[in-house]
Amino acid sequence: MNRTLARWLQAPSIILLLIWMIVPLSMTVYFSTQRYLLQKPELSGFVGWSNYEYFYTDPRFWPAIVNTLVLVGSVLAITVFLGLAIAILIDRPFPGRGIARVMLISPFFIMPTVNALLWKNMMMDPIQGLLSVVSRFFGATPIEWLADFPLFSIILIVSWQWTPFAILIFMTSLQSQDQEQMEAATLDGAGFWAKFWNLTLPHLARPIAIVIMIQMIFHLSVFAEILVTTSGGPGTSSTNLTFLIYQEALFGFDVGSASAGGVFAIILANIVAYFLVKAIGKNLTV
Amino acid sequence: MTDKQKEILKNRIAATVAWIVTILIFFPIFWMFLTSFKTEGQAIAVPPLLLFDPTIENYTLINERTDYVKHAWNSIITSVGGTALAMLIAIPSAYAMAFSPGRWTKDILLWMLSTKMLPAVGVLMPIYLISQYFGLLDTRIALVIIYSLINLPIIMMILFNYFREIPKEILEASRMDGTSTINEITQVVMPLAWGGLASTALLSIVLLWNEAFWSIALTSGDAGTLVSLVASFSSPEGLFWAKLSAVSMLACAPIMIFGWLTQKQLVQGLTFGAVK
Repeated sequence: MNRTLARWLQAPSIILLLIWMIVPLSMTVYFSTQRYLLQKPELSGFVGWSNYEYFYTDPRFWPAIVNTLVLVGSVLAITVFLGLAIAILIDRPFPGRGIARVMLISPFFIMPTVNALLWKNMMMDPIQGLLSVVSRFFGATPIEWLADFPLFSIILIVSWQWTPFAILIFMTSLQSQDQEQMEAATLDGAGFWAKFWNLTLPHLARPIAIVIMIQMIFHLSVFAEILVTTSGGPGTSSTNLTFLIYQEALFGFDVGSASAGGVFAIILANIVAYFLVKAIGKNLTV
Repeated sequence: MTDKQKEILKNRIAATVAWIVTILIFFPIFWMFLTSFKTEGQAIAVPPLLLFDPTIENYTLINERTDYVKHAWNSIITSVGGTALAMLIAIPSAYAMAFSPGRWTKDILLWMLSTKMLPAVGVLMPIYLISQYFGLLDTRIALVIIYSLINLPIIMMILFNYFREIPKEILEASRMDGTSTINEITQVVMPLAWGGLASTALLSIVLLWNEAFWSIALTSGDAGTLVSLVASFSSPEGLFWAKLSAVSMLACAPIMIFGWLTQKQLVQGLTFGAVK
């Protein structure tokens, strides 16, 4: 294939992605400096930084930032820890491992709205939900999950979906671990923990880093799970940045301040993306 | 107890723990499956019923209470359409990048991946207003276009890796025989890459089928996918657990099976090729 043809073949994907990136991005930046209310278009005009100021001084802003970080941090801690433990547990052969693997990764393929409603109703309902039935069985008072611990409940729901993802990635990379090295270590009398710290964990270092960063990208924009369970409430106790911007945009019809919020979200995601691209770049062979 | 007995005991315990964990994690899905065969009364019974007379009424009556068929159709069209469009753009590009890489190929690929990290909510307003301007709000066309663009980087990455794994010697041999570029693609490369292409497409369909943000933000009644149909159950229809479960099972079962078949691509696609 000659060079010119190769360029022509590459052009469509590059141009389309360039448009997809630049046009909406520059519109967001532009709108963020404008007064632009969908219901009062006659009021529009340049307002400088005031949308940012408005968004930044909104009493919901800091709680939303804190909730976003707590949500991302907790889900990461839970999924990486459980993912590691379960992946190592099922790494050795046992009866029915094939079926168990398929069952373990299944929650990852459940759509977010189904996931959220399934937990909201059939698991977490304070009267008929399974969790409350179980806690009554043990003589405890059932917890009103979504009313009393809204953010924690969402963390649980998201973790249930993403632990399988961590299991799948860790399981896959455990298969490429050097088995002879492991056996040699066993013969030398190394115990489980010694092998874990000195062989398994270093082998999984990159997959762990990748899992953390991929999940950060996704969890910074958790949305559907919040919309169908708590709608960000009670108050702002389960509102994250994505949900706050969504409210501002499609309930408040305020394009200007939603765009200013969008710029905040983009900056937050870019900090993560920078490290992610660096980590992936090392592995990409051309 | 001898060492061998100890080892056997240890294996038994590990297997038991593994199965307990598996059952705990899978249980909500199993429970949803059971609930979908209950009557509404049985669904909310306390204590919950494990044994009951199953009914398939929830499935047979689904289309009377909801617009299930319309939403399922929208889901199929948007996820398959978005995937097809993205594959159409990605196959030639990834092919050229893999077999005729230039100085910038690696940087271009990394840049493509970085567009995937742009948070959807950051460009919500522009996309909403552009769709509105072209009269595409609440249409499947808008979703197909957006879906193809959000999956294009992942598809590029997986296809690039596939094409690179095809041994160069085969291509050189066919070139020596004087095969034209077109024939090289259709008769040499494609038969080898076919399986890879199919599973990449399946993975893309899985991801788009479950896409929630754009589906909820840009559609209302006409182009809503199953994701937004289920979202509308949040209240007050959510009280009908048996029907909710039946709709959910129908919405998730096919895609769960696709997901099982595409584990390998999923790992590659979602880690952008960094874990294989």
